[in-house]
Amino acid sequence: MSLQLWIWLMVGVTFTLYIGIAIWSKAGSTKEFYVAGSGVSPIANGMATAADWMSAASFISMAGLISFMGYDGSVYLMGWTGGYVLLALLLAPYLRKFGKFTVPDFIGDRYYSDTARVVAVFCALIISFTYVAGQMRGVGLVFSRYLEVDINTGVIIGMAIVLFYAVLGGMKGITYTQVAQYCVLIFAFMVPAIFISIQITGNPIPQIGFGSQGTDGIYLLDKLDSLSRELGFHEYTSGSKSKLDVFFITAALMVGTAGLPHVIVRFFTVQKVRDARKSAGWALLFIAILYTTAPAIAVFARINLIETVSEKRYDELPGWFDNWEKTGLLTFDDKNKDGLVQYVADPQLNELIIDRDIMVMANPEIAELPNWVIALLAAGALAAALSTAAGLLLVISASVSHDLIKKIIKPDVSEKGELIAARVSAFFAVLLAGYFGINPPGFVAATVALAFGLAAASFFPAIVMGIFYKRMNKEGAVSGMIVGLFLMLFYMTKFKFGWFGGGTSDEWWFGVSPEGFGTFAMLANFIVSITICQFTVAPPKEIQELVENIRIPSIE
Amino acid sequence: MNKKLAEEYWEKNIKYLIILLSIWFTVSFGFGIILVEELNQFKIGGFKLGFWFAQQGSIYVFVALILVYILLMNKLDKKFNSKRSS
Repeated sequence: MSLQLWIWLMVGVTFTLYIGIAIWSKAGSTKEFYVAGSGVSPIANGMATAADWMSAASFISMAGLISFMGYDGSVYLMGWTGGYVLLALLLAPYLRKFGKFTVPDFIGDRYYSDTARVVAVFCALIISFTYVAGQMRGVGLVFSRYLEVDINTGVIIGMAIVLFYAVLGGMKGITYTQVAQYCVLIFAFMVPAIFISIQITGNPIPQIGFGSQGTDGIYLLDKLDSLSRELGFHEYTSGSKSKLDVFFITAALMVGTAGLPHVIVRFFTVQKVRDARKSAGWALLFIAILYTTAPAIAVFARINLIETVSEKRYDELPGWFDNWEKTGLLTFDDKNKDGLVQYVADPQLNELIIDRDIMVMANPEIAELPNWVIALLAAGALAAALSTAAGLLLVISASVSHDLIKKIIKPDVSEKGELIAARVSAFFAVLLAGYFGINPPGFVAATVALAFGLAAASFFPAIVMGIFYKRMNKEGAVSGMIVGLFLMLFYMTKFKFGWFGGGTSDEWWFGVSPEGFGTFAMLANFIVSITICQFTVAPPKEIQELVENIRIPSIE
Repeated sequence: MNKKLAEEYWEKNIKYLIILLSIWFTVSFGFGIILVEELNQFKIGGFKLGFWFAQQGSIYVFVALILVYILLMNKLDKKFNSKRSS
């Protein structure tokens, strides 16, 4: 069967599955729409959280990033998994006990103030929109590369699917489609990894394979280190970033992960406090399967690539090289006219430019795997992008219909009216996300880091202190969130977009990159909150009782 | 009485958190970042130890930490509930 047919088949079957699930799990009440009726089992919620969390970037780009960064890529691996420990220990169980629908619900109630609520809604919207634009773009890219349709058509097909199950099913529809999407994406990620691990090392477990010997008896990582040295790159297993920056970036990604509203809200969907803990454990386990495999793929792909192309005759390269050259993701320029490919670190001499996304997407072709594996990869990438987009859209729609309309603008709205408002805002959120997918703002790449920084700088301190520091009052929390948010926005726009006079990496404060600055802004939030709180009145008695109440689980 | 029980429960919870988060910090920021060169002098199989902690080991420990936390808290909940109902 031809590759194109396989791809249409895989994508068709998985999309039919998602639509079927959406029809079966239509939401009938606001509670079902926002939190799936709080009746999701911990293991299903774990899978849904994992799919929600792992985006097109995790699926397509991360292994490639690590492949080029080597040790420095560890910031993503540790940062995007370590956050779940914070989430499980510091946030999820207490927020579940609190038991409302959204993150602004918690901030607004705990800090007894609509100002706090509005600030929280503002943060949630900025974070989710910056994130969702990238996802829709990812959907479009996958469609255009694998199905040979135009990127914009791809975005529109993706929008139609998400629209269908997010508007109809709300959180309930999203949860169960995400469960299916997790299964598709993890299968699609693991199959090629296992095949390639067997090919290169004879070991079917990639996590062990990349620490084993190749067919020539040399350890893969040692070989990669010496290949990298020969070609002038830094050694694969050592870093080139400053230690302080690695520390700050890792911390910002961890704390940001724990503060992302679309992840937090998943823990409102389970029945009990102990289920919230359990599902955080399942979620991290399901995520860890992909995250421990990604560095193995990174090593396999890099060795495969160097061995296939380095100092080889250009006209004798395998067919996949041609295919990807056509997409523009591989470019070769024979600078010294010797007919051989020089792939080296020195930009003057280097003749090959490789887009990092290829490392995962071309992997099955490089390893000469059968067509159905390539088709599976396409379906997996779409599952990863669609599931994350849907989770974010739900946060956006709940922020508008629940936090703004129900809680502030029109508190007497009926259940039915709120449900309609939720669906209408989900509809417009999809349209807006699709618009950004078709006309991506130039800063998409920068904004994902921004989303983490913002979540770290705004939500995380406010929620943690809301639970662990009974004395924290609205004055402290609100000023902390505002300082953290704007400090982060200032630093990002200054060093990423050149606003406020711009600046080069030499001018970074304490040598911290914008990606790592979230840690700094978070610390500023904590310091401001605690200082202001000392000079203002303690929160009212009923709030202190609320805090005591969320600290202990209910009697079963 | 209930209030005192709740305080005991909370103190125990905080104690667990401090221990588990210290381990969380040690394996990631400690072994994976601060001490990475020192640990890289040792090898397990083909992995330099520091590199392994940064790209594999820390993640396994994270999963284990949440698992231990679930077990500890379930036990604590049980004890707390039986005391509270008696």
